Amino acid sequence: MMAGTTLLDIKGVQTYYGNIRALNGVDVTVKQGEIVALIGANGAGKSTLMMTIFGAPRARAGTITFAGTDITQLPTHEIARMRIAQSPEGRRIFPRMTVMENLQMGASLDNLKHYDEDVEKVFTLFPRLKERITQRGGTLSGGEQQMLSIGRALMARPKLLLLDEPSLGLAPLIVKQIFDAIRELNRTQGLTVFLVEQNAFGALKLATRGYVMVNGNVTMSGTGKELLADPDVRAAYLEGGHH
Amino acid sequence: MAVTTSPERDIVATPMQRATREALYAGAIALGLFVLFIGLRTDQNISNELILVQRWWLLAVVVVLTMAGRFLYVAYGQPFLANQKIVDVATGLLPESMAARFFRLPYFIAAIVTVAVLVFLAGSLDGLLGPGLAGYARFLRALAIIYALASVMFYFRTFIHAHFSALGITALALYPIIVVLVLALYGGSVAAGFQGSLKWVDNYGIQILIYVMLAWGLNIVVGLAGLLDLGYVAFYAVGAYAYALLGTQYGLSFWILLPAAGAMAAFWGVLLGFPVLRLRGDYLAIVTLAFGEIIRLVLINWREVTNGSAGISGIPKVTFFGLMTFNVSDPNYVAKVLDIATSSAYYKIFLYYLILGLCLLTAFVTIRLRRMPVGRAWEALREDEIACRSLGINTTTTKLTAFATGAMFGGFAGSFFAARQGFVSPESFIFLESAIILAIVVLGGMGSLVGIAVAAMVMIGGTEVLRELDFLKQVFGPDFTPELYRMLLFGMAMVIVMLWKPRGFVGSREPTAFLKESRAVSGSFTKEGHG
Repeated sequence: MMAGTTLLDIKGVQTYYGNIRALNGVDVTVKQGEIVALIGANGAGKSTLMMTIFGAPRARAGTITFAGTDITQLPTHEIARMRIAQSPEGRRIFPRMTVMENLQMGASLDNLKHYDEDVEKVFTLFPRLKERITQRGGTLSGGEQQMLSIGRALMARPKLLLLDEPSLGLAPLIVKQIFDAIRELNRTQGLTVFLVEQNAFGALKLATRGYVMVNGNVTMSGTGKELLADPDVRAAYLEGGHH
Repeated sequence: MAVTTSPERDIVATPMQRATREALYAGAIALGLFVLFIGLRTDQNISNELILVQRWWLLAVVVVLTMAGRFLYVAYGQPFLANQKIVDVATGLLPESMAARFFRLPYFIAAIVTVAVLVFLAGSLDGLLGPGLAGYARFLRALAIIYALASVMFYFRTFIHAHFSALGITALALYPIIVVLVLALYGGSVAAGFQGSLKWVDNYGIQILIYVMLAWGLNIVVGLAGLLDLGYVAFYAVGAYAYALLGTQYGLSFWILLPAAGAMAAFWGVLLGFPVLRLRGDYLAIVTLAFGEIIRLVLINWREVTNGSAGISGIPKVTFFGLMTFNVSDPNYVAKVLDIATSSAYYKIFLYYLILGLCLLTAFVTIRLRRMPVGRAWEALREDEIACRSLGINTTTTKLTAFATGAMFGGFAGSFFAARQGFVSPESFIFLESAIILAIVVLGGMGSLVGIAVAAMVMIGGTEVLRELDFLKQVFGPDFTPELYRMLLFGMAMVIVMLWKPRGFVGSREPTAFLKESRAVSGSFTKEGHG
């Protein structure tokens, strides 16, 4: 697939929790080779959108198309089998399994075909994980767990990587390491990334394009630089917070 | 654990004062707890009226014992344990400093001499000491044998630890032979050896191995896939009735019906799996509990087929792979074919090896599956269902295969049970059985085959040992039946193990993926609450 074609297309998606509408018709596109950031405050519906892409909860209206296939009604595991990988909110690594086992689970989508090669790639990207090979996931530090979560997602050889708040609760230095790793993946392997962040500054600096979400609506979009320069975005998400 | 006292007072109080105070608290708690349980008892008098029997003396004894125990523990036990560190973190066993004090060569020699003398005198014990003291002597002999065996195990502990599985399987394989040989030497003839082995092979060997197999089967559902199943006995029942009904009605052989019973139980496992796919934890537990009861109630009430509570009797015996039978009247009776003395022990020994084989099959399949995608998916499912789905794992089929595989082994064990008993009734498949099997899995350490086998041996073997403790009748009076206290044993074991090793005997989990070398990670890294 050539660069610039639309990989993920979200059109008019509405999601409900019971009778409460969490997303009011969201439109987002992610093109091949891009890093797209979705920023917004707590409770804006960012994570809901991320989960809706994976079919849980399911969108009540609108369509989600991935690489030309409508995935709106597919069950979660079928969506994952389209080679969309996710580092979910809260990382959700397997706490009693070792680092190796976690990575192995990630590779199950790929039937362990490129297992050894991919494990090496993950360890090159996150050397910290290699030191922790036999350690249980639950005993890792927060940053290492996030690395493991991303590494596990990469083991599936994804076409699209979804990251839900990779910087949550991590020290600035670790956040930088993780953002650097994402940039590296995008640059060297052309991996398409869609990330949801509260850390607006870091996310927009990293992103090719960005979307701003408020109360279940996308209110603004543009390139990362444009959004960083936008006075409204600055006032709402950047000033008084970071740097 | 300890009754809390304010720190300032602790500084002033000497250990003796503290112990006295804690003993008084413990006595008060015991009094409050037991005043209704022990102090009073309802009974029926001669005219069938309910009367209240007061047992204040018994209550007093219990309270005083509690106080004394607490006093001794606080005054001497706690200071001793504080500088001993009773639990070795790595193995969960006694630290060597304690064990070395307990297992000493002079003690070992004394134990051997005691055993030798008592065995030598075995026949004349009753005459020498009278029936009362002879009971104690036999108990002493059992203790000495256990001590001697434990000493040997302690001496070779590193070797045993390194080759545990191989040694365990060898010991299990040789067990009936050793029993027969020892008893033959003891009784003076081969026939006596076979006859005496009945109890050891049947009550201990087969009984324990049935539970090992059931617990290993349940381990797939609970330990690996993390689906709390309180109705596991239902699959045991399905397997047992499948063999009982098809065997008696159609005269089919055990060897055909064993896989059939497994398949049927697996089918019911899937059937149970479907409605509970969306449930987890407590909700799943309740529904599976209900499922177990439904199966039992159907067995009781569907009289035309299952013969209700009366059960099914005359279930055919297992044949020796169709070559020989174990029916004395049959021309192919094993003793006639092989031209040896008739004995019912052959069948029991054959059954022992059969269930041992089935157990090993269960273990083999479990170990292999853990290394395959489906087994890894089970474990991942136990850890995090949502993460599983987002990794492309179909959680529906994963859960159903776990239920089906676990149920299949329950079904195998059930059909074996029916063949062994020759009789099945719904009474064998009550909730308590499910609870016992689950308790074994939890005590042994969920997911650990070795731990579960040890737990089954201790718990089921322990309840059998209670039957042997006849001398207790001399202590507590002739009405005392030690078997009735088996649930107390279970409860005590659970409390002790859960205090000591909250993850069961074997709390560590063997990883299945490695880069270069394999290494087990200690259970202390895997406590709850880290993820």
